[in-house]
Amino acid sequence: MKRVMEGSAGVSDMVTLCRPLVVSAYPITPQTHIVENLAQQVANGKLQAEFVNVESEFSAASVVLGASATGVRTYTATSSQGLLLMNEVVYNISGLRLPVVMTVANRAISPPLSIWNDWQDSISVRDAGWIQLYAEDNQEAADLHLQAYRIGEDPRVALPVMVCMDGFILTHAFEPIDIPDQAQVDAYLPPYQPVIKLDPADPLTMGAFMEPDKYLEARYLLHRAVADSAPVVEEVAASFREAFGRYQGGLLDLYRMEEAEVVMITMGTLSSTVKAVVDQARAEGQRAGAIRIRCYRPFPKQQLRQALAKVAKVAVLEKALSLGVGSILGADLRDCLYGSGVQVNEYIIGLGGRDIPPQTVRRVYDHTASGRPADGLFVDLNAEHVGDELWQAWQALW
Amino acid sequence: MAATNLFAPGHTACLGCGEALAARLVINAAGANTIIAEATGCLEIISSRYPESAWQVPWIHSLFDNTAAVAAGIEAALRATGRIGQVNVLSQGGDGATADIGFGPLSGAWERGHDVLYVCYDNEAYMNTGVQRSGLTPFHARTSTSPPGSASLGNPTLKKDLPAIAVAHGVPYVATSTVGFPRDIERKVKKALSVRGPKYLQIHVPCPLGWGFDASQTLDLAKLAVQTGLYPIFEYENGELTGSMKVKPRPVEDYLKPQVRFRHLFAAGKPDLAQEIAAIQAVADRNLVKYQMVVPASG
Amino acid sequence: MPISHAGVVRPGTSRATKTGSWRVQRPVFLHKECIGCRQCETVCPEGCVFGEDKHFEADLDYCKGCGLCAAVCPKKDIEMKAEEAKA
Repeated sequence: MKRVMEGSAGVSDMVTLCRPLVVSAYPITPQTHIVENLAQQVANGKLQAEFVNVESEFSAASVVLGASATGVRTYTATSSQGLLLMNEVVYNISGLRLPVVMTVANRAISPPLSIWNDWQDSISVRDAGWIQLYAEDNQEAADLHLQAYRIGEDPRVALPVMVCMDGFILTHAFEPIDIPDQAQVDAYLPPYQPVIKLDPADPLTMGAFMEPDKYLEARYLLHRAVADSAPVVEEVAASFREAFGRYQGGLLDLYRMEEAEVVMITMGTLSSTVKAVVDQARAEGQRAGAIRIRCYRPFPKQQLRQALAKVAKVAVLEKALSLGVGSILGADLRDCLYGSGVQVNEYIIGLGGRDIPPQTVRRVYDHTASGRPADGLFVDLNAEHVGDELWQAWQALW
Repeated sequence: MAATNLFAPGHTACLGCGEALAARLVINAAGANTIIAEATGCLEIISSRYPESAWQVPWIHSLFDNTAAVAAGIEAALRATGRIGQVNVLSQGGDGATADIGFGPLSGAWERGHDVLYVCYDNEAYMNTGVQRSGLTPFHARTSTSPPGSASLGNPTLKKDLPAIAVAHGVPYVATSTVGFPRDIERKVKKALSVRGPKYLQIHVPCPLGWGFDASQTLDLAKLAVQTGLYPIFEYENGELTGSMKVKPRPVEDYLKPQVRFRHLFAAGKPDLAQEIAAIQAVADRNLVKYQMVVPASG
Repeated sequence: MPISHAGVVRPGTSRATKTGSWRVQRPVFLHKECIGCRQCETVCPEGCVFGEDKHFEADLDYCKGCGLCAAVCPKKDIEMKAEEAKA
């Protein structure tokens, strides 16, 4: 049933319907409303779960690790510094093949301290072995949580899933969201059957150490597990459409790619603005197109190559960066398109919640369409804040 | 072989390892209906080299610093599935994992009151990584990061009083024990597991390699630590001291001299060292009084 | 054998490692003064002392020769003897 609700409430309502048995989280803006809602659901008896109010994100991740290892469905959420703090646990959860589901309300990394949106947090753990899904709007954000449990708990996958949603832009925005009822969710998401678990009836040792003659192979097997989860991500998006009548998730969202020559690529809510600019350019007769990456890890290389096979120029707009080097998402695209002849431009945009109006995106589009190069080029630098010398040099690149 | 030996042989602990002995006593006392969360450290390494495991109960090693939180998660899962009180949750680690790197999560777990027995195997240094100093390394002990030399007498601090910190958290059962008295360990594990809520048991486990003594002396040294007052054995229940092991006190030298890690305190021709040993004696004397350990004089 | 799912290990498999090969001395149970106190069985870090009543032995597959059983025996009924040099 569709109701106008805050993005955070859409997520918490959907998570409640997924029936996690252990929820543990530590408050951090802008994730707070999600976990506060869940606490209220538990207090009202609507969510039958152990709600463990921990003393740090490091412990939140560790609590869900222990609970998931004991064979129950779990949930946690965090942002920014919290995700960095739980870093070693994040790697441990995927290595132990535990299908934890975590919401990351994407937020900038300190310093400087910022509570506003960008993707530096989730992108910094892209190599940890979690499946990463990025939502464009709040309907998708809610839906992806239901899909996340189904993907992660699939015995062919048995991996944790990170659902990434732009902090404030989605978490605190009110939109009409269709939340299914419990019967629909129960029909779509069966009870969790763990591949392995801690149980006195069948004792197992988890987390043994491995010597150099085996560690490499253990990581190879984990690497394959993550890579091979892509078809399941697609399967689940398809079965979701069958069950709920709308296509969400999957690997890529292709927008007006028919005979596109200049394509903008991005993730999350920025895609909405990008699509609007594509419409504008098309109306002027330009062959503009857009691709939104929905599943960032595993990275859909083959699908991107296919979609971009006849494209001349690509502009990657990313809300993250590798300090001293430049683009990360852009580097992933360049790697994937190596040898194809496609010109890939990389733009760093919107860090720390910097607003990105359509004119800014249009500027990026025109820059790429004109054939000028961009290697981790920052968009929208303010002269007053960086000083004249740096600004002149930057301006020349545009 | 004992039918209920839940910690199998074939593990790679050093000869005479106090920690391996204590761990075997603990899990055998706890029984098969136990799930263990374990920290990185000697015990974890010697017992879980893929594809072999000495553990015959469900056991998980996650990280060095999150054991108490992982155990809290296991407990929460048992609670959520109606099995709390039917399955024991045992969380264990060395002194480094407990007092230092894992202390934050331990404090949080105690404050929240999870029904978990936490056992600290105290060999008084980071033994697994090469005998580095921890928060439970005793005064003047030689470790690889607190070595004595012309400008140092070894570790400059006293042991962090973890039992007192546990009591301050309101942990209903807090006790110390030692491999010197194996039955004491068994009794206290069983007693702890009969208590609902958090419980903390700190076990003194001499380390032949790290402390510098012959493997066959592990139990004798453990007893000496108690008899000198340097490792008081006691129980606190609901905040009150309800029991302690009584001793006929022996001078601390009896315990310190046989160990290489204290040998620098007995170097010839250094009269100033006497006051250093007196300082250690003062620690022992305080313990003897505080924990009411002295056998009353007869007559 | 392929590495197991998430590297999990089955219980008690440490028995495949025969730590008895580490030994330079072995406990000899004299079976003369034993009072059946079972302290030898209790204090073995390997858990490899076994027996019943007043007759105990060490499982030499695992015994590392640490000497704790001999040290703790109240009747001195266990002696540590050097391992024979291999020819």
